[in-house]
Amino acid sequence: MKQRLFFACWLSLAVLPAPTLANPYETTLKNGLRVIVKEDRRAPVVVHMVWYRAGSMDEQDGTSGVAHVLEHMMFKGTKTLKAGEFNKRVAEAGGRDNAFTSLDYTAYFQIVPKEALPEMMRLEADRMANLVLKPEEFASEIEVVKEERRLRTEDNPQARVYETLNATAFMAHPYRRPVIGWMSDLESMTWQDAREWYRRWYAPNNAYVVVVGDVDHREVFKLAAATYGRHKPKALPERKPQKEPPQQGQRRVIVKAPAELPYLLMAWKVPKLIDIDRDREPFALEVLSSILDGNDAARLPKRLVRGEKIAQSASAGYDAIVRGETQFILAGQPAAGRSVAELEAALQAEIKRIQDEGVAEDELKRVKTQVIAAQVYKRDSMMAQAMEIGQIESAGFSYRDIDKFIEKIKSVTAEEVQAVAKKYFVPDTLTVAVLDPQPLDAKRERRGFAARH
Amino acid sequence: MRFLFVIFFFFAVPVWAGPQIQHWVLPSGAKVYFVENHDLPILDVQIDFPAGGARSPAGKAGVAGLTASLIDAGTPELDEEEISARLVELGARFASTSDHDKASVGLRTLSSREEKEGALALYTALLATPTFPAAAFEREKTRTIEALKDADTRPDAIAAKRFAQALYPDHPYGQVATPESVARITREDLVEFHRRHYVANGAVISILGDVTRDEAEAIANRIAAALPPGAPVAPLPAVRLPARETLKIAHPATQAHIHLGLPAVRRSANPEYFALLVGNYTLGGGGFVSRLMKEVREKRGFAYSVYSSLGPRVLEGPFEIGLQTKREQVEEALKVVHEVLARFLAEGPTDEELAAAKKNLIQGQALRIDSNAKLLGYLALIGFYGLPLDYLDQFPKWVAAVTREDVKAAFRRHVKPEHLVTVIVAGE
Repeated sequence: MKQRLFFACWLSLAVLPAPTLANPYETTLKNGLRVIVKEDRRAPVVVHMVWYRAGSMDEQDGTSGVAHVLEHMMFKGTKTLKAGEFNKRVAEAGGRDNAFTSLDYTAYFQIVPKEALPEMMRLEADRMANLVLKPEEFASEIEVVKEERRLRTEDNPQARVYETLNATAFMAHPYRRPVIGWMSDLESMTWQDAREWYRRWYAPNNAYVVVVGDVDHREVFKLAAATYGRHKPKALPERKPQKEPPQQGQRRVIVKAPAELPYLLMAWKVPKLIDIDRDREPFALEVLSSILDGNDAARLPKRLVRGEKIAQSASAGYDAIVRGETQFILAGQPAAGRSVAELEAALQAEIKRIQDEGVAEDELKRVKTQVIAAQVYKRDSMMAQAMEIGQIESAGFSYRDIDKFIEKIKSVTAEEVQAVAKKYFVPDTLTVAVLDPQPLDAKRERRGFAARH
Repeated sequence: MRFLFVIFFFFAVPVWAGPQIQHWVLPSGAKVYFVENHDLPILDVQIDFPAGGARSPAGKAGVAGLTASLIDAGTPELDEEEISARLVELGARFASTSDHDKASVGLRTLSSREEKEGALALYTALLATPTFPAAAFEREKTRTIEALKDADTRPDAIAAKRFAQALYPDHPYGQVATPESVARITREDLVEFHRRHYVANGAVISILGDVTRDEAEAIANRIAAALPPGAPVAPLPAVRLPARETLKIAHPATQAHIHLGLPAVRRSANPEYFALLVGNYTLGGGGFVSRLMKEVREKRGFAYSVYSSLGPRVLEGPFEIGLQTKREQVEEALKVVHEVLARFLAEGPTDEELAAAKKNLIQGQALRIDSNAKLLGYLALIGFYGLPLDYLDQFPKWVAAVTREDVKAAFRRHVKPEHLVTVIVAGE
């Protein structure tokens, strides 16, 4: 009965271990690479991540998806390592590894027994500078990425609605492009495009390393100097602001795809966090998101799914910590027998209720309780702790701001929540995207689609 | 080759002593597994019942799942909104799920006195005295039917459902919830299912974290005392292997979803299970370094995801190969998969591959239990499937003992091509 959709709610950012005096530790190498180490001695394991400040927002039209394609190519060979050897070394150390690309960054990680950390740092530092891109390896890997796009987006109606929403809400800002890239761009991408991306962005002064686990931070700093420290910094390309012009009128878009249930996304343009000491509104928006959908007793599941039974699912999402611009998104599927229009009206009514009546003190108190508990639970996962540091750093903040972030959340008042609801949830900055479900092809279905039994 | 072996044995002895698992059995028949750990101010409690999907009444697939998901919808004292609010105010996390074999109800709470006491009292009440209110039942029944109808339009969900049905025709493991089966379910079915299956006899209580042994005993006693004693469940009927067949299901998707497999593996700690585990790592379980990954993805770019997996259950769970590839390419991709599988069945892993598989599985021991959440999962697994108490300690030794011949023999015995079921959704 408890449903969560794909939005990371603010709790995913706001939770972290209790502050200790010095831990985490950080240093900056001469070449500009920052290294952040958090000692966690509960198990003889270490998480090692390197984050590059290069995501799909840094791409150009025509080569969308190249950040992610290069991420795939990073598992091929280097000047001294054969293709596939990277994964093999991690596996034989008893570890696991992977990587991910977002709008804002590209990150690589290994989770390994602590003895393997030096080798992981050598390997990761090696591919920071010595990647060898081969046309024939690119040719098969780009097919893998196209299959990934088919899997994640082409045949996934809700993902297509989300992609269409962003392409509609943003016209000038690069967030209009999907991280995985448009299919046409993938089809015309060349190995030289990937090489160019690598040359441009993969540099120690455009990266930072996060290590969490059973380590001594001084040892890690030494290892970092001996591995990553060998690389020279590069002059990085200028990053143009590419600001989105103010939206002056509602936008609506429809996506047709085979499905049973409709799907609705409503996105308002809202401010992101810029100055962690002075800003108040982003924290009020975080709390608003939590009051709507931060837990099972929150308003959307309680009122729309269980109470009025107008929604099959309903959720809210807001991300304050981004490099680009941000939106407050409500999402949902109408319940059986209800229409998208009814669901949209109900979601609007929930916003209006907060605009008119504000929020209750016990709702605020619950948000705070959840923050405190989540801080403790987060300490059970090294990966979650590393992710939290990496994500806040990606938007130009410091891991030290994590504590401030939580204190600010706790300080939000009911009046502030009501004020941001009034100020930002206005019709002219709203973009609505709707999935219009289509029956599966009738001819094919009658013959083979045997689900009707 | 030799060199690899030397290295491997050198590292094979785990240097880290595993967690101390304490175990006792209550007079009611409930089994308790406990690890005391005060590193974090957290307490985890989980109870597992033999109340999975295979126990749903015939024709009413979905009863087990709905019972688990509605267990927090009401008690004699509290309605579902009061329950949600109370859990949130305690900062506690409650989760109830079911798979084929079992239902699991879990609680994570802060170990500070007030939170812990409040959360445990509520948890016990939810487990033992759920009221399954009619209104909540009707609503969730409708939502489940809607979700299943929606799933019936998605190629991945269609493939998974048809594969399960084809693997286990006429067996409870093949009973998959459908809009029709859920439509037949009544509130009384849930009440009866709970009364019959959520009982102390056969239950496994796992406790982990910031409590002492005395406290753990008190918690276990309190939970078990709240449950009816109950009777042991009857064994499930034997699994019969299906005849080899290929099902092609049309769908307009751009990419085909393919599953191949058969019922093959029981959850146990016998040498044959470890031979399958080690072998499967090389074939398709070892992520980026497996043969399927190399041949299907790395060399040919045929798929983003391709794997083989073991899904051990009380009775024979599936051995399965899965992949997705653009619809025009199904035949080519399947040809590669069949070649990889046939060669593996004929020859098993090479010495080098076997050594690499063992290295990963042995060296990776620390990663298996590096958090309370993961260790709790092992406690429940050991308890529910009757694995030895020193399962985690022995795991590296059992893996180390596997030979190439063991892998070949185990695969030959359990992965029989004449029983291989193939499901293709959205092929040409």
